[in-house]
Amino acid sequence: MLENLFVGVADWLRSLLGGLGTPVEINEAIVMLVKLVAILVFILLNAAWLVYMERKVAAYMQARIGPNRVGPKGLLQPFADVGKLICKEIVIPRKADIVVFLLAPVLIFVPTVMVFAVIPFGKNMAAIDMNIGVFYLLAITSLSTLFLWMGGWASNSKYSLIGSMRVVAQMVSYELPLVLGLLGVIMIVGSLRMSDIIAAQEHVWFIFTQPIAFLIYFTAAVAETNRCPFDLVEGESEIISGPYTEYAGMAFAMFFMAEYANIMVICAMATIMFLGGWHAPFGLDFIPSWIWFFLKMYALIFIVMQLRWTYPRIRVDQLMGFGWKVLVPLALANIFITGVGMKIYQAIGW
Amino acid sequence: MLRTQEYFLNFGPQHPSTHGVFQIILTLDGERIVKAEPVCGYLHRGIEKLAESRTYTQVIPYTDRMDYLAAMLQNLGYVQAVEKLMGIEVPERAEYLRIISGELSRLASHLLATGVYALDIGAFTGFLICFRERERVMDLLEELTGSRMTLSYARIGGVADDAPEGWLDKVKQLMDAMPDYIAEYNGLITGNEIFQARTKFVGQLKPETAINYSLSGPVLRASGVNYDLRKVRPYGIYDRFDFEVPLGENGDCFDRFYCRVREMQQSVRIIQQAIEQIKEVGGPVQAKVPKVLKPPKGDVYHEIESAKGIIGYYVVSDGSNKPYRVHVRRPSFINLGYLDEMLRGYLIADVVAILGSIDIVLGEVDC
Amino acid sequence: MEDKVTALVEELRGKFPFIEVNEQKTVIVPVDKLLEFMQELKDNYALDFLTNLTAVDYPEENKFEVVYNINSIVKGYSLMVKTSVSREKPELPSVFPIWGGANWQERKVYDLMGIVFTGHPNLKRILLDPNFEGHPLRKDFQWEGGRE
Repeated sequence: MLENLFVGVADWLRSLLGGLGTPVEINEAIVMLVKLVAILVFILLNAAWLVYMERKVAAYMQARIGPNRVGPKGLLQPFADVGKLICKEIVIPRKADIVVFLLAPVLIFVPTVMVFAVIPFGKNMAAIDMNIGVFYLLAITSLSTLFLWMGGWASNSKYSLIGSMRVVAQMVSYELPLVLGLLGVIMIVGSLRMSDIIAAQEHVWFIFTQPIAFLIYFTAAVAETNRCPFDLVEGESEIISGPYTEYAGMAFAMFFMAEYANIMVICAMATIMFLGGWHAPFGLDFIPSWIWFFLKMYALIFIVMQLRWTYPRIRVDQLMGFGWKVLVPLALANIFITGVGMKIYQAIGW
Repeated sequence: MLRTQEYFLNFGPQHPSTHGVFQIILTLDGERIVKAEPVCGYLHRGIEKLAESRTYTQVIPYTDRMDYLAAMLQNLGYVQAVEKLMGIEVPERAEYLRIISGELSRLASHLLATGVYALDIGAFTGFLICFRERERVMDLLEELTGSRMTLSYARIGGVADDAPEGWLDKVKQLMDAMPDYIAEYNGLITGNEIFQARTKFVGQLKPETAINYSLSGPVLRASGVNYDLRKVRPYGIYDRFDFEVPLGENGDCFDRFYCRVREMQQSVRIIQQAIEQIKEVGGPVQAKVPKVLKPPKGDVYHEIESAKGIIGYYVVSDGSNKPYRVHVRRPSFINLGYLDEMLRGYLIADVVAILGSIDIVLGEVDC
Repeated sequence: MEDKVTALVEELRGKFPFIEVNEQKTVIVPVDKLLEFMQELKDNYALDFLTNLTAVDYPEENKFEVVYNINSIVKGYSLMVKTSVSREKPELPSVFPIWGGANWQERKVYDLMGIVFTGHPNLKRILLDPNFEGHPLRKDFQWEGGRE
């Protein structure tokens, strides 16, 4: 019952609409719309929850308590924050390019939301199961570079400019090891469809067959989301806030939420590609698949948060050196070894 | 042919990692520094001028407001200068209380420097972990003096008051636990790979340069120059304690940081010994001094080892009850003098690392 | 330590006839011999650390007294050297070529006391605003206005 909760809701909705006697196409469109709205609500709620979680994790790591005033255990703190940010004036610098400046925080959410359409949160729970799912996801996520850069450029501030230049350099450099890392998995599966990749991990997760690929992917992904230790883009002790320096109120909150949504995306992606997606380990099938998916995703998010609150920030030349001199060659070597391994396996006739 | 354009960046006065209102006008080529012009004075209050219209005792609270992170050491330098001018003998118990509170101040300052340096490099947790113990040191100082930061505890001829009942035991308790805490900082901050990559061989200072530019304190000692006034010219009763002077090898940011961490260990040792020795020392904590202090005509220069470096007081008396001139040699101010040359050729991220490793406090720079 | 300074001062007195030494072992040098004397201190007496540089205003005697405190890292002793310049033309050579540490300290003395150090590479105000008029640490400085 719980297993098919969301699928069941969709079916129930379909049958309800079917009773109204409207054409099937319209019914399907409505179901699709509901799915997308549900995903949108889910992203926003999750981003709020992640803000809370991050503050709590940080607090406990730093011998503090963290937010505990608004709501039970401070759970409503993110909503109080958002309420405050909505009330704030959006300050526009005098020499800013106003259209681009205001467009950037709106558009920053677009790629993130688009990406969630293909993520399978459980058995049969992807809004769309595309045959080029992985490719689509990688292509869309790299778009966010553009919007961060737009914001930094339009602010017309030197700190923003330095920050946005760092965004471009960092994102472009780490896109490569990220994709190359995933390539090992895709070679084994032979498909870009996410459901195929998950199905291939029914017995052995790819983290065990492709451990190096996982590490490369995870490192590059943390860098892609500008999280510590790769948070040079907003390194507050150097360039204040990078591209967000001039943003205030809700415009800033949009960037902030997009960051958390992006963390969700990369952790969901790592779950799909390496941790067996919604498959239950040790045959613990009685727990619904979507709960497994979220458990794995949150475990990874927790690691990302721990990284942030433990490590100092890396320097920009070290960042580039690490990306190009360590991650990329390692990823290429991994692909090579995977290819050779696959040929040997085929020769043996597995 | 690729041509790049140099541009200016106003680093401060409102910037999270200039440790106050301090400005550096950077000339940048990309992210690389071509020239750096430090601009200070945003916090200038004219303490030297103010001191000329106050009595000798009234100057003490002003000294707190310079290096407010290690206020007791600022007090101590001033009162010892005036005592030297007047030839006052300080009771032994007061000397011990001065050492204990002074070293606690040094500990508080170094704890902050360590934590803030971690924050400058980007590790927020290190900052708050160091604050945990700093808070306890602050509590102890508050119990002794009634104030957390601006202590004004030293008096000309002694200290304000004896330690409250049981206070020394509390200090001892914290000092016994401190080595474990310092090991924790080393695990969290010092030993971190990224931290070391960011700080090692960055902003290197040769010993000759450090001496030539009158740099002092951990900045000088990190370059391998063994010059600690507590050892070289022991003032007060520092000759009675057994401690070492931590030295660096490369004179880089990491050495400057690590020198402070090891100095904390030595401060703990000094306090532990002082607590052992003070038990046998009773008596007053204030020498018999006249109600109105009128030092004889003349001048005196006295310097002590503060948390940031050598703090010196030049006091001129014209025989009245107010100093004719008070000049303070402030370590943070003089340590900044070589900043421009130190920063050239490094990246913006290194500006933060180098500035943080000098450990300035703007109250003292601008005075 | 006291003996070392006494011995040093006695030796200096023998070597440089133009200096005076008072009872606090402070060496007083005429301003025209300052650079020569300071260079000698650094080269031959290991006084390599200019710890303090300041000035005092004496309007009654119509002079500024410039005070140098120099430490020796190796030998551990410290020497105070004084020189005076007239208030009408407060000018003396900079010791920046000898000790780099004089850089900011001379700027500060220039800023607050108005003494010009000739030969300083970058002598401009350091603590006060560049447009500020007057030199506040002079005894005859009057400040009109203040906080409005």
